[in-house]
Amino acid sequence: MLDYMRSNRREVIAGVVLIALLSAYLGTHPRGASTYVMTIWANQCLILGLAACAQFFAVVVRGIDLSVGAVVALTNCVASYVLEGSAFGMAFGMVAVVAAGALCGLLNGLIIVYGRIQPIVVTLATASIFVGIALLLRPTPGGAVNYDLADAMTLDVLGIPTALVITAVAVFGFWLPFRRTGLGLGLYALGSSEQAAFQSGINTRFIRLAAFTLAGVFGGLAGLFYSFVTTTGDAGISAGFTLNSIAAVVLGGVLLRGGVGSLIGALAGAFILKTIASLMFFSGIPSLAQPLFEGLILAAAIAIGGADVLRARNKLEVYA
Amino acid sequence: MSNSSTPLLEMRDISMHFGATKALDGVDFICNAGEVHAVLGENGAGKSTLMKLIAGVLQPTNGQLRVDGSDVFLNAPQAALRHGLVCMFQELSLVPDLTVRENLLLGAPGAGIGWLRGQGLDKAQDVLGRIGGAQIKMAARVADLTLPQRQQVEIAKAIMKKPRLLILDEATSALSASVVEKVFDLVREERDSGTAILFISHRFHEIEALADRVSVFRNGQRVETFMKGDHDYAAIINMMVGQKIEELFPEKPPARQDAEAVLDVRNYTWEGQVKDVSLTVRRGQIVGLGGLDGQGQGAFLMGLVGLLRKAGGTTAIAGQPTRIGSPKQAKHQDIALAYIPEDRKTEGLILDQSIQENLELAALGRSDLDAGDAALYAGALEQLALKHGGLELPVSSLSGGNQQKVVLAKWLALKPRCLLLADPTRGIDVKTKTQIYAILRQLADQGTAILLLSTDYEELIQLCDETHVFFDGAVVASLSGDDLTPQNIIAATLNVSPEPQAAHA
Repeated sequence: MLDYMRSNRREVIAGVVLIALLSAYLGTHPRGASTYVMTIWANQCLILGLAACAQFFAVVVRGIDLSVGAVVALTNCVASYVLEGSAFGMAFGMVAVVAAGALCGLLNGLIIVYGRIQPIVVTLATASIFVGIALLLRPTPGGAVNYDLADAMTLDVLGIPTALVITAVAVFGFWLPFRRTGLGLGLYALGSSEQAAFQSGINTRFIRLAAFTLAGVFGGLAGLFYSFVTTTGDAGISAGFTLNSIAAVVLGGVLLRGGVGSLIGALAGAFILKTIASLMFFSGIPSLAQPLFEGLILAAAIAIGGADVLRARNKLEVYA
Repeated sequence: MSNSSTPLLEMRDISMHFGATKALDGVDFICNAGEVHAVLGENGAGKSTLMKLIAGVLQPTNGQLRVDGSDVFLNAPQAALRHGLVCMFQELSLVPDLTVRENLLLGAPGAGIGWLRGQGLDKAQDVLGRIGGAQIKMAARVADLTLPQRQQVEIAKAIMKKPRLLILDEATSALSASVVEKVFDLVREERDSGTAILFISHRFHEIEALADRVSVFRNGQRVETFMKGDHDYAAIINMMVGQKIEELFPEKPPARQDAEAVLDVRNYTWEGQVKDVSLTVRRGQIVGLGGLDGQGQGAFLMGLVGLLRKAGGTTAIAGQPTRIGSPKQAKHQDIALAYIPEDRKTEGLILDQSIQENLELAALGRSDLDAGDAALYAGALEQLALKHGGLELPVSSLSGGNQQKVVLAKWLALKPRCLLLADPTRGIDVKTKTQIYAILRQLADQGTAILLLSTDYEELIQLCDETHVFFDGAVVASLSGDDLTPQNIIAATLNVSPEPQAAHA
């Protein structure tokens, strides 16, 4: 157990911080730890959580995805057209929304792998393209999502917020098994040392392509869940998501140099970020000062993560 | 060991060019099943390139590889693995951020992108136990392992792939003698069950202990292949270096032991990697630092120019006690040290910038020099006979030898009092090597003190007035005059005394 905590100390730290923040939040909230409060909190957290998962898959292979927000916006606009009608139609619509996200990610991956262009440049360009398409789909916010479906996804199951159930499914049903597959390990190998991965006989192109496609899938899931929460399509939501998703993965202990971190950490980072925002809303800090405090907390978290540099005895290692 | 059947691996007329450098030139090479085939050669002889071709990491410029008599094209390591060609790389192929278990899983036979069942893990653990790695935890992160432990994991990872041809490229360089013996037992067992082994090592006694057949490479060509025992050490060394070794090096003037000390280091110690090193470099002297890779000599040089934190010991420059905290201080005119780093491509040069811009880098920040003044470099460039198509071209357009000349020129422009060089001729063609030797001798004659780290013992013998050999962070032998012989250097490198009866490890 101690070994486990040591080797996953980043996730453990993020988890402890999250529990502390959540306790503080529920303590200061006038209505306390009720299902209602928890549900609203969990919904807000999960939207960013899924976007952070998308960012995680790009970052873990030593990339970055600046199109996360754009994919969320585009899939949200797609969702606002296809989540009405028959049960069958809505099921098909949900698949279509996620597939749209996957397609965006695949496009990013193809350009990065076969165009040999840095992810930051590629995703900067594709982000504009995706937002452009989203704007064509929804020049102004609008559309609708079936209320029964939206309620089913955003309320609670036997008193437990559905968003938390979805989070648990993402972790236990997807992430933990995925981590033990060749693809899951390959992501880390690629991000940690591409040369070692290549020499070990790993198909590095396929892994990178898969990583960005998975980023697209989770971007699509974030867009889908956002649609359930707001029940409208809005092309103008992209900017906040991209930057916050990067902040979330960093807070969750995912190293931007790749190869270190986990989906659990990314989720925890997103939950922390949203909880801080909620906490400040109720703690009387003026809302205009909120970005300032969020920034300070983020800077502090990154500084702690980078403290290892101080232990380097060979100055050249600092630049490595 | 029969030659009657088709060889497991056959290479025909293989050439490999990197730009202007010919790493391999028209090589024919055969490797049979059930045989340990040692490959010998100096640094830059083409051994590692040959292994990378077999492992599918590189593709030859020319020539054909055949496995079991049929042509193959190895465009990636996966392709080599499918043919049972497994390489244990000198540059380790383990992923630092994953655990031992995960690294083994990644390399397991049949591991794709799906669920990893971990077949072969038992075998790997068994191998680890047999080569003295039983204490290595499967859940430990590779980055937290020591270098010998990583080599043990590499060996286990290679064996679990059930190779038909196993390449061991300096596979045991960090292992202790008792572990090496266990590894050799394992390798012999693999050989007896029909695996072909390609074995690269710089250590003669390892070749003696393990090899059945030996091939010697020199300057990208295979000189000769023979059964072990057909030639003695002296003959093999001659094949490795070629006959005309004296012509490579300038004449060595008589040692000047009485000249003033330029650099005097006492009790230098750092992080357990450099242990209590003391030495003196005098005006006009070339002092050598020898030893196997990574015995602390490289760190020692870095420390002298202020790259290491929390080092112990004292340094005096021209008799003045001096504390050098950074390369910027080291190049200040009052100290005037120059350090030519080991890896010119990453540490010595900015490849995408022009030759002129690279030349200016060292002089920038020296208050007494105008870095933009082209006259500053004219002398050094002429002395070095740099071949270039214009100083405004990127430095990456030059061959390896000329790149190294640029690194030298940018420091010579500062007229250093003491020149520190980390293996300046590694991977450089013979002609340029000869030029660099001549220039070093010239500089010494003009009064520069030179500290030369080298993995090539001929340089240490032919060029240096005195050579300090490092082993495990400490200087184990300081050789000069008639003691400066290949036997003494090799013995000190391995930390054994030259007389066999007095051997100690």
